[in-house]
Amino acid sequence: MIHSLFLINHTGDIFLEKHWKSVIGRSVCDYFFEAREKAVEPENVPPVLQTPHHYLISIYRGKLFFLSVIQTEVPPLFVIEFLHRVADTIQDYFGECSEGVIKDNVVTVYELLEEMLDNGFPLATESNVLKEMIRPPTILRSVVNTLTGASNVGDTLPTGQLSNVPWRRVGVKYTNNEAYFDVIEEIDAILDKSGTTVFAEIQGVIEACVRLTGMPDLTLSFMNPRLLDDVSFHPCVRFKRWESERVLSFIPPDGNFTLMNYHVSSQNLVAIPVYVKQSISFFETGPCGRLDITIGPKQTMGKTVEGLMVTIHMPKAVLSANLTATQGTYTYDLATKVLVWDIGKLNPQKLPNLKGSLTTQAGTPKPEDNPSLNIDLKIQQLAISGLKVSRLDMYGEKYKPFKGVKYLTKAGKFQVRT
Amino acid sequence: MRNMSTAVLYNDQGGAEAAVEAGQESTPTTSSSGAAFGLFSTDFKKNEDLKEMLESNKESLKLEAMKRVVGLIAKGKNSSELFPAVVKNVASKNIELKKLVYVYLVRYAEEQQDLALLSISTFQRALKDPNQFIRASALRVLSSIRVPIIVPIMMLAIKEAAADLSPYVRKTSAHAIQKLYSLDPEQKEQLIEVIEKLLKDKSTLVAGSVVMAFEEVCPDRIDLIHKNYRKLCNLLVDVEEWGQVVIISMLTRYARTQFTSPWKEGAIFDENNDKTFYESDSEEKKEQTEAKPYIMDPDHRLLLRNTKPLLQSRNTAVVMSVAQLYWHLAPKHEVNIVTKSLVRLLRSHREVQYIVLQNIATMSIQRKGMFEPYMKSFYVRSTDATHIKTLKLEILTNLANEANISTILREFQTYVKSQDKAFAAATIQAIGRCATNISEVTDTCLNGLVLLLSNRDETVVAESVVVIKKLLQTQPTQHSEIIKHMAKLFDNITVPMARASILWLMGEYCERVPKIAPDVLRKMAKTFTAEEDIVKLQTVNLAAKLYLTNSKQTKLLTQYILNLGKYDQNYDIRDRTRFIRQLIVPNEKSGALNKYARRILLAPKPAPVLESAFKDRDRFQLGTLSHSLNVKAAGYQELSDWPAVAPDQSVRNVEVIEPVKEWAPLVGKTKKSKSEDKFYSDDEDEKEEEGSESSGSEDSSSSSSSDEGLFLSLFRDCGGLFRVSLQVTTPSFGPVKTYELLHHMTGKGLSAKYHFPRQPCLYQPSMVAVQVILTNSSDHSLEEIHIGDRSPASLNIHCFNTIERLEPEASVTVSMGIDFSDSTQAANFQLCTKEDQFSVSIQPAVGELLMPSTMTEEDFSKEQGKLLGMNETSATITMATANTSSQAIGKQVLSVANVGVVSSSQNNVHRFAGRTVSSGAVVLVSLEQKESCAALLTINTEKSVMASMLLRDLKQALAQA
Repeated sequence: MIHSLFLINHTGDIFLEKHWKSVIGRSVCDYFFEAREKAVEPENVPPVLQTPHHYLISIYRGKLFFLSVIQTEVPPLFVIEFLHRVADTIQDYFGECSEGVIKDNVVTVYELLEEMLDNGFPLATESNVLKEMIRPPTILRSVVNTLTGASNVGDTLPTGQLSNVPWRRVGVKYTNNEAYFDVIEEIDAILDKSGTTVFAEIQGVIEACVRLTGMPDLTLSFMNPRLLDDVSFHPCVRFKRWESERVLSFIPPDGNFTLMNYHVSSQNLVAIPVYVKQSISFFETGPCGRLDITIGPKQTMGKTVEGLMVTIHMPKAVLSANLTATQGTYTYDLATKVLVWDIGKLNPQKLPNLKGSLTTQAGTPKPEDNPSLNIDLKIQQLAISGLKVSRLDMYGEKYKPFKGVKYLTKAGKFQVRT
Repeated sequence: MRNMSTAVLYNDQGGAEAAVEAGQESTPTTSSSGAAFGLFSTDFKKNEDLKEMLESNKESLKLEAMKRVVGLIAKGKNSSELFPAVVKNVASKNIELKKLVYVYLVRYAEEQQDLALLSISTFQRALKDPNQFIRASALRVLSSIRVPIIVPIMMLAIKEAAADLSPYVRKTSAHAIQKLYSLDPEQKEQLIEVIEKLLKDKSTLVAGSVVMAFEEVCPDRIDLIHKNYRKLCNLLVDVEEWGQVVIISMLTRYARTQFTSPWKEGAIFDENNDKTFYESDSEEKKEQTEAKPYIMDPDHRLLLRNTKPLLQSRNTAVVMSVAQLYWHLAPKHEVNIVTKSLVRLLRSHREVQYIVLQNIATMSIQRKGMFEPYMKSFYVRSTDATHIKTLKLEILTNLANEANISTILREFQTYVKSQDKAFAAATIQAIGRCATNISEVTDTCLNGLVLLLSNRDETVVAESVVVIKKLLQTQPTQHSEIIKHMAKLFDNITVPMARASILWLMGEYCERVPKIAPDVLRKMAKTFTAEEDIVKLQTVNLAAKLYLTNSKQTKLLTQYILNLGKYDQNYDIRDRTRFIRQLIVPNEKSGALNKYARRILLAPKPAPVLESAFKDRDRFQLGTLSHSLNVKAAGYQELSDWPAVAPDQSVRNVEVIEPVKEWAPLVGKTKKSKSEDKFYSDDEDEKEEEGSESSGSEDSSSSSSSDEGLFLSLFRDCGGLFRVSLQVTTPSFGPVKTYELLHHMTGKGLSAKYHFPRQPCLYQPSMVAVQVILTNSSDHSLEEIHIGDRSPASLNIHCFNTIERLEPEASVTVSMGIDFSDSTQAANFQLCTKEDQFSVSIQPAVGELLMPSTMTEEDFSKEQGKLLGMNETSATITMATANTSSQAIGKQVLSVANVGVVSSSQNNVHRFAGRTVSSGAVVLVSLEQKESCAALLTINTEKSVMASMLLRDLKQALAQA
């Protein structure tokens, strides 16, 4: 399946290579560099490439390319999913997935890659199984290890590997038993010039942080599970219980994990929390244009909109922006042509406004199309779909855990066309 | 200078590549560890240093050195000269060091075959290690060493590992099969045998890996799958996610060869059609079978049903593989259930979106209805990557119909204005396709496109011209206005393709624009030499066509252009010019062709069909690499067409025999020779597997429970029988003591009791048989009762089959085997139901770890003679008065220990003999009655711990009344 893996940074240097079968020379990456060159932006590189003898499947994450070399037919998603899992694991171990971090921990990364694939087929991708085999570095442990000569590599088979709950290790102990659930919803929307909704939907995710002793068996139920249109679960969730009773019943993994992703039925009208009044225009006559944006609250369910931010990818011709913001600050990056207006909290009494002039390159025709606005926002303590967790029960263990549920609404891909 | 020497030295050892690397390395690196490496490689002596460190006595130094060596490998640098120093550490005690050595070994073994052989014996030893993790990793490394000479050793190791008790080791052996196969394809036949064996494995851990091996080694041996088909379907949900993908794709292929098409339903309504078709076939018999309404094979249904929950998987590859399975196997009306899940994947990473959109594009051509309700999910955002945008556009175009076309066109209008010009151009193409597909909007589209001709952007205009050209071809009569408009724009258009298109249009429809066309030609004559080749060709064409229709005005112009073309640099243009000249200008040589020039050049031309680039993609299985590239990839397995008649369905049948039924007749047997034991255990193993393959219907558990009841009563009867004839028979039965395994309060209604039936275990001779009675005392039925985790993990238990369902108040007796390894340490494991898991443990009394053995008094004395000294434990005991009779003594001893009575010639001496179950060590018990209640109890066995425990138990039993 997966023959080799090359990690390539944004300048095109291969800084790590790993082969699971016989060694393949680096020259195979030249085909990739060619495609990279052609694509201009790194995001535009096609994920699947064909070369005379190999197939290259790559992902781009954290300014790095994970490039895998394939020799025979394999479902491309299999490889893509796995590469993302590698990136996730690195992120999980070292806090971020970047060139620096990987170079600093090259041996651990190499050991991880060795365990994750055998002969190109995934062997252990479950984070807690890996952590039992190769412990993540901590300052304390590295000090202890240098003093005692102990190592970060376990010599027994991780308990999860053989059990039918591979995601949880045996013998977990905590003095404070706690289970937290974050219900996070993202609004994906496209609004047109006039402010009418072209398309809107809600995607939700339940992130859990569970620190419970032993083998707890949890049941999470909702007040209004009917809202959920399409769901995907962590493997720990018992699908049959969900099918029959619409409750989430599971033995949780230890620590942080994504319990479920859901999609709220598109039949329901999606509440759009803010409205945007905007006018962006470029003048035919001179090398300049005007910009005027006002944002106000729309359907916020009585909550405050926070972390409001507007990002605009300006046309290439725009040289500079001379604007005044009644609230927050704005920056205009000349190289990437991105205008960012960081507003912060939305005050319904005094609506934030950004106004001023834009300078365009002289001699070029006025931009054909007005750039669209990307909006970021956050609303605490609200799930915009109205989803509510009704209760969380624990079976199998005798202690009383501390439980908590938090709600958060965010803007996902929220775009206003102009 | 030092740098120079480094480079030179590297050059000698590692070839040019290393030299380049070393050169690069001398540039300063930023990260801290990078700095260390930088330092290291600028100074070649450091490499010597590494060698010294590796050869030192200090573990920490070695480890440090190995970490640096692995760092080198990771960077793709050559460190093969360290091989001898590294390989010495292969047997290190330090697990991390050992693993790093493994990494090194696998990387360089192929280059240093002779030296690599030095390490082989270490792995061979490790393959026998009691720790399953060490066995597995030894096999992993051994099989990764690509040295042909060790192929026989690998083969042997794989065969052994395939029979290992640990499923993890068996999984590793499945991986090793593929490695060995790629190293030496000659081994195929033997490897297939191992695959066949592993396919029968019922561990979810093994399933994915062995199917992977199957796909790699012998994908055509479909016959190996038959017997395992149902088991694989049933295990699927519990297999790890990567295995699921592989199994699903294999089963898709399997199903297409074994089941008949579910897509014929439509044909049933259409009776007449069907009839004629088959009549022409003139195969009466076939007609009869086919004329019946389609009934789906239950196995086909099983596959569809068991894969459906996986649509909810978090792994996008699993979701995609289920989607393709439904697409290729499900009846048409059921395919729709995959839509939602596929649309959900569009929220995932960009690369995932790319693949999923490709597949949706192929699907949406055939089945618009599937994705139409989700049309808005394919709306393009300005932040999408270009290839994502193009795919979304493709799908939107595929979804367009009379009802939604206005919405789509409005959306397209936004896209045309996009700053991403390649995307804007693709949108124009898409508009063109909509216009041809949906005749109602052709005019609207055409007008829209004409408006775009005045766009400021060149690519947009050019693309519009090309699309308009294609559209006009479909209905040229009404559109001379547009052609005129384009002629006016001609001067401003510089993109060659667009210019060529306009020229072609002029030529083709020159009779509709009689005034303009010659003028355009005039302009072209002026700029001819400066034009691109395609434009020149079209100019020649235009000239020729005008010459034929309007020679009066254009004769000179044509001559001029033909002369220019004759001396053009491009041979195509010279050729074309020559050809055209011969064709249109009459002279003595040109003969007959000339008469037909008009018909040749101005023949009506069929309009081009604008269709999707994904139209033929469905020749590849969805979700495959080949589909993604639209090229057949190496190793792609064609999906066969449905067979007209289903092959024999019974090949998948597996006999379902509950192990319990096998038990009953066995009870009555008194002789238990070793060979017979073996026979049953083998047999049972197979049945076990087959049992688990049966889809586990509800009635199987209830029937078995009644069987058990019957068996139990039989058992009790026999027990009585045996007690009477104790003297002659070896197996002995005391009263059955039942122990509590799980109380119904802690077990949420599930209670479990167990006892030791004192039967040789059927599964393995070294196991102690245990019978567990499971009772459901709750008010709802319990499902999927099975054994979960065990501790210690190496504990060897033969589990009972999962009990699918236990009704309230019902109880069922199941038997299992536990290898206690002759110790009274408790066996801990988890008893699981569908919802819960309960940790339970079975602690055997020492006497239960024995089995009776037959021997004469002489043999007894002989054996006893061998087991003196350290191996003898004795004590004087006081018996209860009630126990002084020889019958009572026998009863008490047998109640404690599963031993056999040895006939005795002396009245005051009682002898009992047994063997330990696991190791078969002889255990001899003799009791010599002294005056009244005192007696000397002697136990002879090499298992001294057992002896003292047994002594204690016997003493206690005999002291009680």
